[in-house]
Amino acid sequence: MTSPNILENVTFDSDGFLEDYLDWTPDIAEGIAAEEGIVLTDRHYIVINYARKIFAETGDAPTMRGITKNTDVSTKELYALFPKGPAKKAARIAGLKKPTGCI
Amino acid sequence: MTTPTLEATSPVIEEKTRKLCIICSKGSLDMAYPPLILANAARMSGIEVDLFFTFWGLDMINNKKVDKLSVTPLGNPSMGIPPAIGAAPGMGIFASHMMKKQIEDLDFPEVREFLEILSDSGAKLYACKMSMDMMKLTDDDLVEGCEVIGAMEFMDYSEGAQVLFV
Repeated sequence: MTSPNILENVTFDSDGFLEDYLDWTPDIAEGIAAEEGIVLTDRHYIVINYARKIFAETGDAPTMRGITKNTDVSTKELYALFPKGPAKKAARIAGLKKPTGCI
Repeated sequence: MTTPTLEATSPVIEEKTRKLCIICSKGSLDMAYPPLILANAARMSGIEVDLFFTFWGLDMINNKKVDKLSVTPLGNPSMGIPPAIGAAPGMGIFASHMMKKQIEDLDFPEVREFLEILSDSGAKLYACKMSMDMMKLTDDDLVEGCEVIGAMEFMDYSEGAQVLFV
């Protein structure tokens, strides 16, 4: 179990997203996930790692469709991994900015 | 004296899930996308979604028509094509082709795939029974994951939801 204190060492924007995605560590991901009521597994990390890779390349979080097309995580699984709003939750846990895309 | 402090993190929000019901009544390509995009955005944000397909909107979930939805420049001032030219043979096909290309360039899914994504994401797809009867359609004519319901049932399902008519 990660101590929630770890989140005090980094800054978040007003929407609760990490200010600088380079501040991100797996421990921070676990801390944010705990806030969201999610326990991270290897499957979550497939999404997180892909999202961080795309963000590093494009400066934007990938679309949900981008994730399902380029990983073996299906739409159904994505919604199961990050219940109640996978786009925002996945981006937040991955330490990215709030997604701006429409799909 | 103590001052009540608010938790900075993990605010306790009353768990009342927001719900959106979208009535899809149009079967043209340009009018098929707005409800699909909004429904998907809602699901991605954790909002419950019901889609109710009625009248021409049934074309969107009709297996024989979903891949052939088209747009017509006739009577559509936004497309900027004069009526006399818009009425020329092949203009509808041309306009539909152009729009499909633009949708593809934006990396938006086609309508059939969009419906699959929505269904997988937990959105409910409902077909209007009366429109089905009128167009002599049966369950077998619909894409996977649709349920046929009457208008009164839709009233039950949409209770407390925000309703959008497209």
